[in-house]
Amino acid sequence: MNWKSFFARQEVILAIAIIVLSLLIGLSNPAFFSLPNVFRILRSTIVIGIFSMGVLMVLVSGGIDVSFPAIAAFSMYATILIISDTGIDSIPFAFAVSAAVGVGLGLINSVLIAVFRLPTLIVTLGTLSLVRGVLLFYVGSRRIRISEVAPNLSEMTRANLLSVQAPGGGVANLHITFAILVVIVIVVWFILRYTMFGRALYAMGGDREAAKRVGFRVVRTQFVLYALVGLIAGIAGMVHCILSREADPFSIVGIELDVIAAVVLGGASIMGGRGTVIGTLLGVLLITIISSSLLLVGISSEWQRFVIGALIIIGTAIPVLQAKWNQRRLQVVMQEQST
Amino acid sequence: MTEELLKVVDINKTFAGVWALRGVSLTINRGEILCLVGENGSGKSTLIKIICGVYQQDSGEIYINGKQYKNLQPIDAIREGIQVIFQDFSLFPNLTVAENIALNHELARGKSFVNWRDINEIARQALDRIGVDLPLNATVDEMSVANKQLIAISRAMLLNARLVIMDEPTTALTQKEVEALFRVVKSLQEAGVSILFVSHKLNEVQAIAERVIIVRNGSKVLDTAAGELTQHKIAYYMTGHEVTSSTYDYQPQANGQESLLSVHNLTRTGSFEDISFNLKAGEILGVTGLLGSGRTELALALFGIKPADSGDIIIKGQPVRIRNIQDAIRHNIGYVPEDRLTEGLFLLQSITNNIVVRTLKDILNQFGLFSSSDKSKQARRWVDSLHIKTSDPQLPVSSLSGGNQQRVVIAKWLASMPHILILNGPTVGVDIGSKSEIHEVIRELARNGMGIIVISDDIPELTQVCNRILLLRRGRLYEEFVVSEIDEVTLNNKLLEIVI
Repeated sequence: MNWKSFFARQEVILAIAIIVLSLLIGLSNPAFFSLPNVFRILRSTIVIGIFSMGVLMVLVSGGIDVSFPAIAAFSMYATILIISDTGIDSIPFAFAVSAAVGVGLGLINSVLIAVFRLPTLIVTLGTLSLVRGVLLFYVGSRRIRISEVAPNLSEMTRANLLSVQAPGGGVANLHITFAILVVIVIVVWFILRYTMFGRALYAMGGDREAAKRVGFRVVRTQFVLYALVGLIAGIAGMVHCILSREADPFSIVGIELDVIAAVVLGGASIMGGRGTVIGTLLGVLLITIISSSLLLVGISSEWQRFVIGALIIIGTAIPVLQAKWNQRRLQVVMQEQST
Repeated sequence: MTEELLKVVDINKTFAGVWALRGVSLTINRGEILCLVGENGSGKSTLIKIICGVYQQDSGEIYINGKQYKNLQPIDAIREGIQVIFQDFSLFPNLTVAENIALNHELARGKSFVNWRDINEIARQALDRIGVDLPLNATVDEMSVANKQLIAISRAMLLNARLVIMDEPTTALTQKEVEALFRVVKSLQEAGVSILFVSHKLNEVQAIAERVIIVRNGSKVLDTAAGELTQHKIAYYMTGHEVTSSTYDYQPQANGQESLLSVHNLTRTGSFEDISFNLKAGEILGVTGLLGSGRTELALALFGIKPADSGDIIIKGQPVRIRNIQDAIRHNIGYVPEDRLTEGLFLLQSITNNIVVRTLKDILNQFGLFSSSDKSKQARRWVDSLHIKTSDPQLPVSSLSGGNQQRVVIAKWLASMPHILILNGPTVGVDIGSKSEIHEVIRELARNGMGIIVISDDIPELTQVCNRILLLRRGRLYEEFVVSEIDEVTLNNKLLEIVI
């Protein structure tokens, strides 16, 4: 790979953007580079990062999913209610139930999208509203503090993966759920790169008809995909619940824009067929730095929405402009070769 | 082991009561190159789809490797080694060359996990087998059409293909690429693979086929060794009548010797340089050259899609500037693009709407509203004068055959009464019967005083339609010919000369 094409890669552009932005923020407020702040930012990437892995797979397959926050909120809230009713206060149980509820809700998307072949955006917009409506109307709309219903689970809210004595005094803690993000990232990376299911997602996103012709079972693949996204959403919901120490049915919904922005910025094509785990993680990091650190340099939170909106457009525009530019260059090269 | 790889006997197939195939029988022997020839709608696509199991016949028998199949399914056909290379190749633009080649091989082996070393190894071997070298890690969207085809062929070969069916494989290839493809086909044959080559380019049929089968209206009308056929005879059997190839006899008009269009030193960096020519009313000027010679770019510049950087364009004695399509239209230039499906037509809209879309302003009534009777009247006129075969102009354009669709594109531009009409590949993908009719339409337009530029790499087409031909090479004007002074062979040799 030569230098030019190295720097043309979305991942590299993103990494440079992150470094430049960090330097700018760090210059105006050196606290940005302190270990507690770095861990704080990493903590903020956990939920959005887990969600982004599901969205990445959906975008690669040529679809889009906006229903995952509602699925996450529903799964997490239902799980806490089940725990408070049954009294089974165990961490694995909580995650298993939340993931199972997530899969169940994801299957609604699976049936509508894979079996009935409805457009993914419309279906998931529908399920977003539907699942949220059912949650708030039938399941409950009251906030529940975890410590009140599940002392064991509540222990996890304070557990850390890493505790480091910061040089400037105080302790920098990295929350235990960061490990869940790491595991999910590795699993999704493996699925996308080394399994036929993962390659089927890329193939479908590239050309659905061709994927069918070479023998991929596209209906089954799509079916499994949306259930899997439900599973990831269920886990993310539980993680969110633990991080915030409460089950708030009004939370999570609204995060979808940030997640999709992160994945698109990371180089996944909204048209399907393209996207990498590394790029997505960098996208998540950039979005998180923007939404958590612009306040540090005195930029108001209203502007964050503006910046994220602008980033979605820029992230989509870069590959398109690159393709145009490459084509022009190719023509000139051909001309040079022929004379 | 029998010599016969595939035998179909007395196949009948109807769609909604309409005969698509009627009593067709054919055999394909091992290592044989068979050409299947027929006009659009003759039933050749249906026949292919029955052979590969996509459609089931209504009656008739299918034997593959001596085994009879009552209800052939695609998976059976694949297991028996029948591979179809579709016109769109069914490749994944976003994946690498290696993955495109090896993926369905791995899939067919029922693998759940991907071993990238295997993928690369399989792809390397597959490419070696057909004797080509392509970068394995490049994505397919960076490949040329010819390379995509080689990828599709090497992929087909991986599944132990014994019969490769190629559906009009040369449509988008240049002369040189076609020759390379033919070498690959011959090497497959030497390896004992049979080829069923579907085409309606007669010179290609003669170049590659050992045996030719011609279908017309769902019936087989000829099955014979290729050596006994002449192009003339193939054309006769395809169309069912004599196809006369005429030439265009340009009559200089006594009054207007002034050029309709003259171009001086037209340049677009990276595309073409210093192109100068004249076009008089009533002339049909051919522009040819290899792919990348700048012939299409020249047309795009004259129509303002990719405007020229420098040089002069003079229309009827007035210097004009063409910076965009609106400029070109204002100066009464019309352009019929090469890829009519994506650039020229609204496929799902009616024939009428497609024809009048350029001239909507002219069919407004006194209240500024559309008059649907004027619209129909105008569309009817063009449907009649261009012999567009349809039962109802209100039907969508997608209901028409390729040749008739091309006529709708031409009608669309004629409706706006251009003085200069640029046609890019006017008969690409059009069968021979429609082709000669479209040629006559073009000649008739020129006789009525239009100036026409035809861009094509189909040499017989140029000699039949044009009175002058410009040969471009690497973006420059290489030579100019007056058609009445040369013949097809000379021109072909000239083309070969510039390849080297």
